[in-house]
Amino acid sequence: MIKVENLTKRYDNFVAVRSIDFEVEKGQIVGFLGPNGAGKTTTMRILTCFMPPSEGTASVAGFDVLTHPMDVKKRIGYLPETPPLYPEMEVSEYLTFVGKLKGIPSTDLARRVKEVEHRCAVTDVAGKLISKLSKGYRQRVGLAQAIIHNPEVLILDEPTSGLDPKQIHETRELIRSLAGEHTIILSTHILSEVEQTCDHVIIISKGAMVAKDSVANLTSRLRGQATIALEIEAATGSLESDEVIAKLSQVAGVNKVITVASRVGRHDFEVEAQAGHDIRADLARAVVSAGWNLNELRAAALSLEEVFLELTASEKAKGASE
Amino acid sequence: MKNILAICEKELNSYFSSPIAYLAMAMFAILFGFFFWNSIGYFVSISVQSMAMGRSFPMDVNEMIIRPLLLNTSVIGLFLIPMIAMRLFAEEKRSGTIELLLTSPIHDAEIVIGKWLAALCLYAVLLLISLANIGFLFLYGKPDWQPLAAGYLGLLLQAGALLAIGAFISTLTKNQIIAGITTFAVCLLLWVFEWVGGYETAVWAKSLAYMSVVAHFEPFAKGVIDSKDAVYFLSLIFLGLFLSVRSLESLRWRS
Repeated sequence: MIKVENLTKRYDNFVAVRSIDFEVEKGQIVGFLGPNGAGKTTTMRILTCFMPPSEGTASVAGFDVLTHPMDVKKRIGYLPETPPLYPEMEVSEYLTFVGKLKGIPSTDLARRVKEVEHRCAVTDVAGKLISKLSKGYRQRVGLAQAIIHNPEVLILDEPTSGLDPKQIHETRELIRSLAGEHTIILSTHILSEVEQTCDHVIIISKGAMVAKDSVANLTSRLRGQATIALEIEAATGSLESDEVIAKLSQVAGVNKVITVASRVGRHDFEVEAQAGHDIRADLARAVVSAGWNLNELRAAALSLEEVFLELTASEKAKGASE
Repeated sequence: MKNILAICEKELNSYFSSPIAYLAMAMFAILFGFFFWNSIGYFVSISVQSMAMGRSFPMDVNEMIIRPLLLNTSVIGLFLIPMIAMRLFAEEKRSGTIELLLTSPIHDAEIVIGKWLAALCLYAVLLLISLANIGFLFLYGKPDWQPLAAGYLGLLLQAGALLAIGAFISTLTKNQIIAGITTFAVCLLLWVFEWVGGYETAVWAKSLAYMSVVAHFEPFAKGVIDSKDAVYFLSLIFLGLFLSVRSLESLRWRS
């Protein structure tokens, strides 16, 4: 659906995006992850035909952004970082205007406006001036604007930035509900957002692509082997972490035991298992038989945060050695 | 065409939902009203004088009231046009809504023409207000309507040209004030270029004087529609709109 090859965007003396390649299949939700200034917005702006690439090509549904911008624009719904709203307009008036711009036939227009208002839960403010809306509502009107012409591709630039936790949750739900009918690219610098909403992730840093994979694959790829997190407490009196490490290391299949945090009489550990071993039951038995309290035992999934740090750190190391 | 109308309608709506349209209308009504009242007063005093002296001068409403009024109106336009044009693109650039326009399946030219048309419509609304005053002349006198119509056509052409230039200047900045002041300066220069022709006869002076808006508006005020003046205004309109489209296009490469 979306194909980007060797995409580069240069400004006067600064490279915003450096030969990025990726493809997005129909119906996928892809997260564009990177710190601020990594080149996410620039890439999105090229895909939406807002600006042309300096080098390389990008195409949407088989249409090149440079040679067939009109065909691309018809197929894309775009929510920029600040929703492009006219404060002096009422919500339905605004959506009607956008509908006209996107070429919705006038016979369908009123119906489509009603539909997206319902879909994005802004029906109750349909007659209100946009300048009077809260940030959450504005974001939703922005989303309504992006989907009004039922585009094949949705491009959302930081759709949850600046919202409160409840609004963030609602917006994510809304985006998830749009998947399937639309191919979605969303950018964010919040790692948990990608984990929660996206199937695939593309990580960029300083204009260059660091990784692209499915969220599940990426986590397990970096993981290598399973890690178990434990919290162990002394049943009575005090407990030294060395004592626990010594005990746990004897369990079959344990590779390494690391102390994560220590408080008086209570310790957090991470235990790395050798590949192919499920050591949870044995660990639990070992702890209980030693007479300690097992407060917590869970498989520690590497968060994207760690993935990200690891990937960008390895980039840095590479850069330093060059 | 549909897209042009959509943009135009939206632009008119935002003029009339912000104070700009009303402020422009009020300012125009007050200024035009004063000029009208003033020229009527002058006309009345001359006719009283001429009656008192027993000689009856030929008194021409078109010549003595309408023509100076039209010239004054074109001066008012000089001040109001930057006010009308300054927000056209600068505001969209500042608020980021330009991203919506430029990523919608419409041509840059449609955006530019739609916006320019809306600004011209607002100016036409101002001119309608002035007609309320002119109506009194028809109520109490018998002025010729043809020269009047030519004058109004001239005013519209002149406004179209200056608004096109204003629109172009507005594409260059995010700041409405900068757009407004620059447009005003350019309009004023286009005005006073005529002065050069008064004392200098070299080719450059003649060309400069030719560029002056006044020189091309005066025939209209007299009721003369000369194709050479019409062509001047039409080419200025085309130039302004063309530059706006190119500037929007270059925005994509620069931003």
